[in-house]
Amino acid sequence: MAMLEVKDLAVNYGVINAVKGVSFHINEGEIVSLIGANGAGKTTILKTISGLLKPVSGTITYEDNPIQKYKAPKIVAAGISQVPEGRHIFAGMSVRENLQMGAFLQNNRAEITNSFETVYARFPVLKERINQDAATLSGGEQQMLAMGRALMSKPKLLLLDEPSMGLAPIFINEIFEIVKAIKEQDTTVLLIEQNAKKALSIADRGYVLASGKVKMTGTGQELLANQDVQKAYLGG
Amino acid sequence: MTTLFQQLINGLSLGSIYALLALGYTMVYGIIKLINFAHGDIYMLGAFWGYYTINYWHFNFIFALLSAMVVCAASGVIIEYFAYRPLRHAPRITALITAIGVSYFLENGMSYLYGADTRDFPQVIKQVNYNLWGVRVSNIQILILVTACLLMILLQLIIKKTKMGRAMRAVSVDPDAAELVGININQTISFTFALGSSMAGAAGVLIGLYYNSIDPLMGMTPGIKAFVAAVVGGIGSVPGASLGGFLIGLLETAVQSIGLSAYKDAAVYLVLIIILLVLPSGIFGKNVKEKV
Ligand SMILES: Nc1ncnc2c1ncn2[C@@H]1O[C@H](COP(=O)(O)OP(=O)(O)OP(=O)(O)O)[C@@H](O)[C@H]1O
Ligand SMILES: [Mg+2]
Repeated sequence: MAMLEVKDLAVNYGVINAVKGVSFHINEGEIVSLIGANGAGKTTILKTISGLLKPVSGTITYEDNPIQKYKAPKIVAAGISQVPEGRHIFAGMSVRENLQMGAFLQNNRAEITNSFETVYARFPVLKERINQDAATLSGGEQQMLAMGRALMSKPKLLLLDEPSMGLAPIFINEIFEIVKAIKEQDTTVLLIEQNAKKALSIADRGYVLASGKVKMTGTGQELLANQDVQKAYLGG
Repeated sequence: MTTLFQQLINGLSLGSIYALLALGYTMVYGIIKLINFAHGDIYMLGAFWGYYTINYWHFNFIFALLSAMVVCAASGVIIEYFAYRPLRHAPRITALITAIGVSYFLENGMSYLYGADTRDFPQVIKQVNYNLWGVRVSNIQILILVTACLLMILLQLIIKKTKMGRAMRAVSVDPDAAELVGININQTISFTFALGSSMAGAAGVLIGLYYNSIDPLMGMTPGIKAFVAAVVGGIGSVPGASLGGFLIGLLETAVQSIGLSAYKDAAVYLVLIIILLVLPSGIFGKNVKEKV
């Protein structure tokens, strides 16, 4: 049984059909990547899984429970945590406060302390800047903060929306290394990327989306080797 | 010199009441970007609650103040629930006009139920004047200043140190991100209305004590001035609202003391215009942009 099963998902913005019957699944322990051009519907799918948007039809099953009607806080409580596109860190709050917000639903102090230690170990830069206003971090640091914040809730499934967006190549490599390391520590990952080559090279499986539909699926290696995928998303 | 100190004392007493009121405007604006025009009327409700409980239930000052805060907090939550929540995703102007409607509803509702005439607020604390080096200070003024400052400190602690306070700040900065960490947006907004309205309720009881007279329309002008105070301080900024309130109070007494009583309201709006020209986002207004 898959950890997360998305079936015939359709999501609209008013009259715009952004996602038109998408199905895919994620097994526990995998990195699954969704790739596709701008406007393909990737972010929309992620927001629907995390409860910010409601589907018009279709089901999302997580650990055998239908969750498509849950509100966002209940989904976080169930163990799914999202790192949104564009980071969305809390400007005006310190790095420490941002991380603390990530553990909002956790009331056990010992657990929170433990999450802090795990996150600081994963992102040493954040530890050096605990009292700095998050808005003044560099883009790469903000991305790490957004990921750290999501990890503070100890998710079983982490949803990443374009973590490499706008970063210098050296940071991009670092982010992908971190994603791999997060998987090694038993967190399942759904990774959305424009950087299809990098994403597919660390993914167990991938899905190619185009205009709100799944066009192709396979293991990361299969998709990387596929002629059509190469032409459309890997720059020939 | 004595006149200066005298006006300072008068200005601070009045200013602390504006500050209490301005806090509600700024917090509500911060979280749902709504200028809650009905906020001044919550202050009126607080004053009436104080009037009735002191006169008929013989509440003492502390009880009257605390119960007015609770009742106003509940009113704020109810108003938000029925009037503003259904419009959460409507264009801003819709909510703004609704707020004006709520304001009229409260003003006219109270006039209808209790009459539009001015009433004498009961002197629950006997006024005593002290003379300090020629400056006249009343125990009521001291009480107002101390109560207002205590409430503002308490509010600041709630916002900075408690979980709900952090949730409020998170929702003001980024509602989507707040939801993604598990914050219940509706609950947080209700809490904000409760806090802001309780401050207005306290201000209502304090002004009753200070001016000794209340009426159903008493919230209009102070409401607008407190709104100006919030804008001057930088709308959305809590310390800004407190500072703005004191500034407006001081300005008003200063204008009055140089014999221009008739122009004290005009002076307040003049300051608003000047501040907006020089510092469009107010004294503590922030212009932080997130890096992308
Ligand atoms: N709030 C919105 N209102 C209306 N249409 C929207 C909204 N958000 C997204 N869309 C539309 O839905 C479609 C899918 O958008 P989505 O953001 O999911 O794409 P994406 O695959 O994440 O793209 P990108 O790679 O650029 O982030 C697009 O056509 C977009 O214009
Ligand atoms: Mg996107």
